[in-house]
Amino acid sequence: MTDAPTLLLRDLRLAFRGYTGVTEVLHGISLHIRAGERVALVGESGSGKSVTARIVLGLLQDQRGARITGQVRVEGRDLAAMSRRARVALRGRRMSMIFQDPTSALNPVYRIGTQFTEVLRRADPAITERAARARAAALLDEVAIHDPARVLDAYAFQLSGGMNQRVMIAMALANNPALLIADEPGTALDVTVQAQTLGLMRRMVADHGAAVLFISHNLGVVREFADRVYVIYKGRIVEHGPTAALFDTPRHAYTRALMAAVPRITGGGIPDLPERDDAFAAPMELHPGVAEPEAT
Amino acid sequence: MPPLLRLILWRLGTSLIVLIGVSMLIFAIARVIPGDPARIALGANATAEQVEALRARLNLDEPIVVQYGIFLRDLARGDLGVSLYTNRPVTADIAQFLPATMELIVVAGLMMVLIGLPLGALAARYRNSWVDSTIRVISLLGVSAPSFVWAVILMLLFAYFLPIFPIAGRISEAMAVPRVTGFMLIDTLLAGRFDAFRNAAAHLALPAFALALSGIGQAARLTRANMIETYDKPYIEMAQSYGFSERKIARSYAFRPSLIPSLTIIGLDFAAMLGNAFLVEAVFAWPGLSRYGVEVILRKDLNGIVGTVLVISALFLIVNMIIDILLAYINPRIRHSTRPS
Repeated sequence: MTDAPTLLLRDLRLAFRGYTGVTEVLHGISLHIRAGERVALVGESGSGKSVTARIVLGLLQDQRGARITGQVRVEGRDLAAMSRRARVALRGRRMSMIFQDPTSALNPVYRIGTQFTEVLRRADPAITERAARARAAALLDEVAIHDPARVLDAYAFQLSGGMNQRVMIAMALANNPALLIADEPGTALDVTVQAQTLGLMRRMVADHGAAVLFISHNLGVVREFADRVYVIYKGRIVEHGPTAALFDTPRHAYTRALMAAVPRITGGGIPDLPERDDAFAAPMELHPGVAEPEAT
Repeated sequence: MPPLLRLILWRLGTSLIVLIGVSMLIFAIARVIPGDPARIALGANATAEQVEALRARLNLDEPIVVQYGIFLRDLARGDLGVSLYTNRPVTADIAQFLPATMELIVVAGLMMVLIGLPLGALAARYRNSWVDSTIRVISLLGVSAPSFVWAVILMLLFAYFLPIFPIAGRISEAMAVPRVTGFMLIDTLLAGRFDAFRNAAAHLALPAFALALSGIGQAARLTRANMIETYDKPYIEMAQSYGFSERKIARSYAFRPSLIPSLTIIGLDFAAMLGNAFLVEAVFAWPGLSRYGVEVILRKDLNGIVGTVLVISALFLIVNMIIDILLAYINPRIRHSTRPS
């Protein structure tokens, strides 16, 4: 069990049943994340990044009309084989998630301290109010918030976006989860705060020994943060590899297009597609050597 | 100054201004509508001298500004003048009729909150299931007919065909208890008569429910809509991602933010209830202020009109002030804003 990857997806398919029939949105996603590894899932809006994250958390499994096939293993345990209760038990303990817009992801009618206590109670239901507060203050200190008492007594709308982002990172790692899912973290923040957040997250996940599934459309950020990258396009993984190799020699036409689309500081708007060949028109095709290897 | 106290003081101040405005308006309107109150009160057979004497006694021969000054002077002494309809001080009339209406409205308001909000929350939590559909049909029924129609239907069904509840009145004559507060439920308890309390509650059930039905429907529909909207907010997904139980998410994470718009509407519904209470009171022979109000308007009893309107406005303002304070308690954004809005 110990050498099982923290997260393993095998031929994950997701379809929604609607009024007009069944629409498949994920066509067989396979990926793996080993303990402590930082893995990015990159793709454009609507490519299936976020639904993949929600399936890993077990949020879509209970939704009516959603059909999920394939394997999702968290620390070697198959989510589909678990009871609903056991799946819920994983959330907030073995895995947690960081959201895109920290200010709207924190509850508007409760103080930060109250929300922190709720999170800590997931791992330790018997924790006292006082112990929870002390633990929360220590965690906030770790994310470089130096007046934890004020922040714990504040509401999310009284704090800045960057501050809320750090609160959310501290909360997500409070129970030392094995897997942290970061869904476009900091996209709602300005660029300098986003860069700080990234540095902070890198340090925090290392300290807490969490593996990260990092979801983003921003290749610049991914290059900074991830050990390995999976490129997702229209519900399929089209390419994957170690970050440096993938950025040096992108093999799939879509990856090259994605890289060319990174905005440049020199201006000139979004560049035209570098190529218009058949490989781009047929993105579903897997190029040799870029598929996910069979995990052991 | 604590923000909440500041809010209360602010609301008291603005309420006072509104009351003064309402008094001026109703004072003027009551005197502008055609018909001589003295002639109506004395009847067609009275002589011109008698009518003139009554007009002088009511200060109707003075300019309207002077009349308003006299009204304010008397009001400061707690005197609203004598009603031409009952020939008693208006304050005595109000003291007699107001508790019956208040009792009806408070119970109907409680029903609205205690039945409407949970129904809406239940529908939202089990949205698109049979629970939701059932509640939506019931609440739609509730809002689709005015309360006097419900009053008649409920009376026919549950007092006439199935005599579970008494047909009319506030209490059976045999059960009458001495009047202390005028609130039947309180007076019977003060007298230590639980049988009389049950009797009064049974008399109250149908009219209060008829009055509350549209409010219940509206509160349920609004709460459902708000809560379903709240369920789409990122903080709900965040709560789910931490594995909090559905029950906890429904109760504290989704319900509480959704309560804010619902409560605002409930406050406004109270005003509608004061109006609807007249018809319900008429159907159930309920001796309340709404019936009194209509009588005095029909008889152009100036003092009665102004007194009734003022009391109802004050009631409305108080209810909305309570709602505002509740809102400030629920919504930290209001509580922590520097200036109440």
